[in-house]
Amino acid sequence: MDWLISFPQLDPDLLLSVKRAIDGSLKALTRTWGQGIEDFFHPLQVILILFERAMTGVPWPLVILALGAVAWVSTRSWRIVAVAVALLCAVGLLGLWEDAMLTISLVLTSTIFAILIGLPLGIVMNRYPRLGRVMSTVLDVMQTMPPFVYLIPVVMLLGIGRVPGFIAVVIYALPPIIRLTDLGIRLVDKEVLEAAEAYGCSPNQKLWKVQLPLALPTIMAGINQTIMMALGMVVIASMIGVQGLGLNVLQAIANQYFTQGIFNGFAIVAIAIIFDRISQAYGRRLQKHREAGHD
Amino acid sequence: MTEAQSIEIRNLYKIFGGNPAAHVGAVRAGMSKADLGSKHGHILGLRDINISMPAGKIQVVMGLSGSGKSTLIRHINRLIEPTSGQVLVNGQDVLRMSESELRDFRRTHTAMVFQKFGLLPHRTVIDNVTFGLEVCGIGPDTARKTGLRWLDRVGLSGFEARYPKELSGGMQQRVGLARALASDAPILLMDEAYSALDPLIRTDMQTMLLDLQAELKKTIVFITHDLDEALRLGDGIVILRDGEVVQAGDSQSILLRPADDYICRFVRDVNRGRFLRVESVMEETPGDGMPIASGTVLEAAAAALTREGQDAALVMDGARRLGRLTLRQITSALSAG
Ligand SMILES: Nc1ncnc2c1ncn2[C@@H]1O[C@H](COP(=O)(O)OP(=O)(O)O)[C@@H](O)[C@H]1O
Ligand SMILES: [Mg+2]
Repeated sequence: MDWLISFPQLDPDLLLSVKRAIDGSLKALTRTWGQGIEDFFHPLQVILILFERAMTGVPWPLVILALGAVAWVSTRSWRIVAVAVALLCAVGLLGLWEDAMLTISLVLTSTIFAILIGLPLGIVMNRYPRLGRVMSTVLDVMQTMPPFVYLIPVVMLLGIGRVPGFIAVVIYALPPIIRLTDLGIRLVDKEVLEAAEAYGCSPNQKLWKVQLPLALPTIMAGINQTIMMALGMVVIASMIGVQGLGLNVLQAIANQYFTQGIFNGFAIVAIAIIFDRISQAYGRRLQKHREAGHD
Repeated sequence: MTEAQSIEIRNLYKIFGGNPAAHVGAVRAGMSKADLGSKHGHILGLRDINISMPAGKIQVVMGLSGSGKSTLIRHINRLIEPTSGQVLVNGQDVLRMSESELRDFRRTHTAMVFQKFGLLPHRTVIDNVTFGLEVCGIGPDTARKTGLRWLDRVGLSGFEARYPKELSGGMQQRVGLARALASDAPILLMDEAYSALDPLIRTDMQTMLLDLQAELKKTIVFITHDLDEALRLGDGIVILRDGEVVQAGDSQSILLRPADDYICRFVRDVNRGRFLRVESVMEETPGDGMPIASGTVLEAAAAALTREGQDAALVMDGARRLGRLTLRQITSALSAG
C-alpha cells in the first residue's frame, strides 16, 4: 500500500541520469558558445554602462530639472511635476540617490528596447492574423510564468551580471506593449480605415498616417504597463547581480535589516509612482482628439 | 480635373460568406436571399446589378437599410471585390486593375464621402482636407493652398485649425466633402453622406451639392434611404431591394409609374407637387391657358394658376407649345399614388 501514501515517482537513477545528460550538454553548449554569445551581447553591455554612467555621473540638480521638464512636457500638469520632484528628492534624502539612478537607468533602457522590439511585433501580430494567434498563445504563456523563471535561461547562457539581467527584464516586459499595439490597431474605427483605403493609401501610408496615430493612446497604455513590469523585474533581477535598489532589498531580506528594507521599498514605490503618473497622464493627453467614433 | 467619367455596372453579383463562388450559380438560377441565408449560410449582397451612370450626372441609389446600397457603391472603387460581374469606368475594367493601378485609380479618379464622415480625429480640419493630396505625394504648401480654397467653398474658412470633434455634424460633413473635392477626382461617391444630419442642415447640404455640381459636373453616385433626397438630387434614380434593382429611371417615372408595392410605399409619403413637373402630367389637347415654362413643378404651377385666377396652363419650351394642363389634372396628379 506504500504507493498510495507517497506518489509513485520514476526510477531515481533514471531521473538523475536525465538531469545529468541535459545539464551536461547545456554546460558543454555554454562552454563552446559562451564566448561567442558574450561577444554578441557586448555592445549591449557598452550601452548599458554608458546609460548608467550618465545617470549616476550627472549632478543631481540636473537630473531633477530634467525629470521636472519631462513631467511638464508630457503631462502639462504642475501637480504631477511637483509630486515627481518631491518623491525623487525624498529618495535622495534617504541616501539612496545612486542606487535609484542605477535602477531608473536600467528601467529606461529596458523600456526603450522593449518598445523597439514590441511595437513592430505588435504590428506584425495585427497584420498576419494566423501568426497573431500563435503569438497570442505564446504571450499567454509568458504572462502566466512567474518572473523568476525568466532568470533561468539567461543565467544558463550568460551567467550573472548586468546584461543577462537586462535581457530577462526586456523579455519579461514585452507582452503588454505587443498586445496593446495589436489591440490599438484593431480598435481603429472601420470607417476611418475605409476612408484611408478609398483615398488610395498604400499599406505603409495606412499604417503611419492612420493606424499608428489612432492606436497611440492604447499603445501608450501598453508602454505604461511595460514600464511597470520592467521596474518590478529590475528589482527581481538583483538576484542575478543587477545593482540598484533591488540589491539592497535582497540584502535586507537576507540579513533582516528591517529599516533598509523599508527605505528601499519606499524608493521603489516612489519611482513606480513617478513613471506611472507621467506615462498615464501623457496617454490621457494623447487621447484628447483621438477617441474612436464620431457621434 | 480629368474629364467626367461614365460608370457602367454589368451583371454584378456579390455573395458574402465562406465560399461565395460555389453559390453564384444557384443565385443566378434564382435562389432567394432567404434561402441562400437559411440553407447555405451565405448572405446575398447584390444580384445581377446592371446600371449605367452617364458622365457628369448625379446617380442616386436608394433603398431601405440592408438593401445593398453600401455594398454596391463600394464596388465602384473596389473596396469590395465582387463575386462576379464587371465595373467599367470610362470603359476601363476596375476589377482587372493590379493593386498599384487600383491605388492610382482611387487617388486620381474617385473620392468618397462617408455617412459617419470618416475623418481622422487626430488631424486638424485642414490636414483632413489635404489628406488625399498628401497620399498622392503633393507637397504640403500646394496641398494647403488647395485645401483652404475648398474649405472656403464649403463655407468653413476660419475653421482650418480646429479638430473634427470640435465641429457639429453638418460642419464635419462639410470637411468630408471638402476632402473629397480637394482631390479633384471626376467621380464622387457619397454613401448616405447626409443621413446622419438634421433635416434643415441636410437641405442646406443638398443645395450646396447642387450648386457645386452645376459648376463641377462630376459623376456623382449618391446613396440615400430617403426618397425626398433622391428626387431632389438625382438625375437618375435606382431603387434597390434585397440586393436587386427593382426600378431605375428619373424622378418623374418613379413618381408616376412606381414599379411595385415596395416603391409605392416610398412614393406615398412624398410631396409630389414639389417634384412632379408640368410636362410629365400635361396632355397634348387643344385649348388655351396661361403659359408656364416646362420644368416647373406642379406646386409652383398650381400656385401661379390660382394667383392669376386661371384654370389651365400651356406648357411652353421657350416659344414652343408642348401641351396643356388643367388645375383639375394637377389636383388629381397630386393626390394619386
Ligand atoms: N462584410 C459583410 N459580411 C456579411 N454580410 C454583409 C457584409 N456587408 C454587408 N453584408 C450584408 O449585405 C446586405 C447589404 O448590406 P449593405 O450594403 O450594408 O446595405 P445598406 O447599405 O443598403 O444598408 C445586408 O444584408 C448585410 O447584412
Ligand atoms: Mg449602408
